[in-house]
Amino acid sequence: MDFEISENLRMMVDTVRRFVKQDLEPISQQVEDEDRIPEDVVQTMRELGLFGLATSEKYGGLEVGTLGECLVYEELSKVNACFRTRIGTNNGIGSQGVAIDGTEEQREKYLPLMASGEWIGCFALTEPEAGSDASNVQTTAELDGDTWVLNGRKHFITNGDIADCATVFALTDREKKARGGITAFVVEKTDPGYFVGTIERKMGMRGSHTCELIFDDCRIPKDRVIGGDAMIGHGFKTAMKTLDKGRLTMGASALGSAQKLLELSIDYAKQRVQFGKPIAEKQAIQFMLADMATQIYAARHMLYHAAWLRDTKGTSVIKEASMVKLFCTNMANKIADMAVQIHGGMGYMKDFPVERFYRDLRLTRIYEGTDEIQRVVIARNLLAEGK
Amino acid sequence: MNIVVCIKQVPDTESVIKIAGDGKSIDTGDIKWVMNPYDEFGVEEALRIVKDQGGEVTVVGAGPARVVEALRTALAMGADKAVHIQDDDLYGADPIAVAKMLAKAIEPLSPDVVFFGQRAVDDDSGVVSSAVAEYLGMPQLSVITKLEIADGKVKGTRPIEGQTVVLEASLPAVISAQKGLNEPRYASLPGIMKAKKKPLETKTPADLGAERSDFIEIATLNPPPDRAPGKTVEGETAQELAANLAKLLKEEAKVI
Ligand SMILES: Cc1cc2nc3c(=O)[nH]c(=O)nc-3n(C[C@H](O)[C@H](O)[C@H](O)COP(=O)(O)OP(=O)(O)OC[C@H]3O[C@@H](n4cnc5c(N)ncnc54)[C@H](O)[C@@H]3O)c2cc1C
Ligand SMILES: Cc1cc2nc3c(=O)[nH]c(=O)nc-3n(C[C@H](O)[C@H](O)[C@H](O)COP(=O)(O)OP(=O)(O)OC[C@H]3O[C@@H](n4cnc5c(N)ncnc54)[C@H](O)[C@@H]3O)c2cc1C
Repeated sequence: MDFEISENLRMMVDTVRRFVKQDLEPISQQVEDEDRIPEDVVQTMRELGLFGLATSEKYGGLEVGTLGECLVYEELSKVNACFRTRIGTNNGIGSQGVAIDGTEEQREKYLPLMASGEWIGCFALTEPEAGSDASNVQTTAELDGDTWVLNGRKHFITNGDIADCATVFALTDREKKARGGITAFVVEKTDPGYFVGTIERKMGMRGSHTCELIFDDCRIPKDRVIGGDAMIGHGFKTAMKTLDKGRLTMGASALGSAQKLLELSIDYAKQRVQFGKPIAEKQAIQFMLADMATQIYAARHMLYHAAWLRDTKGTSVIKEASMVKLFCTNMANKIADMAVQIHGGMGYMKDFPVERFYRDLRLTRIYEGTDEIQRVVIARNLLAEGK
Repeated sequence: MNIVVCIKQVPDTESVIKIAGDGKSIDTGDIKWVMNPYDEFGVEEALRIVKDQGGEVTVVGAGPARVVEALRTALAMGADKAVHIQDDDLYGADPIAVAKMLAKAIEPLSPDVVFFGQRAVDDDSGVVSSAVAEYLGMPQLSVITKLEIADGKVKGTRPIEGQTVVLEASLPAVISAQKGLNEPRYASLPGIMKAKKKPLETKTPADLGAERSDFIEIATLNPPPDRAPGKTVEGETAQELAANLAKLLKEEAKVI
């Protein structure tokens, strides 16, 4: 087993680290207050290649591999989480439907646009009645001559308000539902009958928006079925394959934030004097720091191992990815809690970034599959093994 | 325009520097190595000139194998090719010895402009660029914050104590870059991927016909003194505190 990280990946991590320090840290609070990322920063993100990490070189991406993607996410998550979310849908759920199951024409059309960051893609699966039970989608698509007509409402869609195209899952057969009745489509923002609805007011993740997408007799050409006519009815599989990979990068993001929280906590504990000494000299604080570092060490190794399995062995890592997401996001939430504790009253104040991390990290245990759904996946795989 | 940029690999300014057991060198065990920050201004300026006027940028660096990483960073920023003078114990050598080797490597490239950083952040000697200019028989414009190149001439601005001096020379010339010259770009991720495929030539001092001749050697390295502890301003009332603070700033810190 080799944990050596290639020179190429180390250089990429260095670039992202510098970018975070020079360009993102200084505006992190401003972005939080204004709830938006300045356009010039997004432009730098495009120039750095951050929107096309995963996409294959053939379609204008960098194809850095799972480990590469995880390392970039780890660095980018040491600052306000909205920056990572901005590139997140293009590298992940917003493009992977087309990348994994799309036709050659669809890949050639959409992937370069998303890899360059010229277009933003989003992923529209969740509906009011279809959360963890994603198979319960109610949005419908009916064929009318040469066009599909979509009707329904998606909610909680990340980057929905700025997306140029969306991967949308709709019912094409009410009887069959997830077993042959759900189809994946690409819908463009200029398609008639496509509307952006309410932008949700969230606990955190400010600077990144999550919103409703409404399809009101939304008409799209026949060739927008992801994977072509042969894939009609197989969209639920596309959705599940798309979500699998994202679980590792979600773990990486949680890990990066946890690492940053540990660093902030060590610095604070060394500086903060109570009872005549830095609180770092108290065993109560030392034990928290020790637990944080130990959890991070464990999380990092399971993440890198799963990424390595996927990259070098080409193994399907469905179970491992769920374990990584479950463990890393829970670990990071515990660490955020300890970081707030170590910062005392300051940890509760908006003047310190720990408060922001505490709120932003809470989401990682919910979206792209809740804790419970990860356990469902892990257990299902365990019980099926050896069958 | 044929441009050479010389690059030194130095410890990251955030690295913790420890003096090695011999008392003359630093412990390189835990150090993260980066391109000298002043050299980045040189790379950036070279890339801008070539973008406007056409040409090629070659980066040259001397030292152990790890120096390749700094060269590759410059290639990732956009330089066209690199030359690495490999010599395992060149780090910490007499700057004149280093300059001799660099001059040997640069000469056959027949550049119009040679960039350096105005100094390296590790040893602060600030000698190499001048020595190379001497060995190559080129004029040198040092500590430059603004540069114009046209009609075979170079015009450079150097800030001096509240004023500026504008220098002019004919090409080829050596320029040492100062902070302010430009805002260096990042080594973008696509740039890093491309850098792998760019030519990087490795040469030994023997290949260059260069002989190592050190005129000076480091006698000792001393760590900086421990930082003096902070001082608490005494006083009962706000007026008293302010008066005492002003007094300390004036008499002890001598800043007002
Ligand atoms: C900020 C944000 C961004 C999002 N971005 C997107 C996006 O871009 N695209 C998209 O399609 N969706 C997105 N989502 C939706 C997200 O994936 C869902 O919120 C998530 O899957 C949970 O669904 P739900 O909210 O309906 O909760 P529910 O499914 O109603 O869950 C409520 C609780 O019940 C538990 N539960 C449900 N079923 C089971 C079970 N079988 N066994 C045990 N426990 C169970 C859950 O774990 C949870 O604790 C986003 C959500 C948020 C909050
Ligand atoms: C919203 C809010 C409202 C408040 N309202 C009031 C108010 O109305 N009136 C008022 O007077 N105060 C108020 N406070 C202050 C509050 O009581 C303090 O924040 C709290 O006592 C902790 O002090 P601190 O923030 O200075 O943290 P610190 O004392 O610096 O603590 C930092 C960390 O060090 C730990 N620590 C400190 N000493 C030791 C030790 N000896 N052994 C082990 N661990 C140690 C702490 O447990 C904590 O984890 C308020 C605070 C907040 C956030």
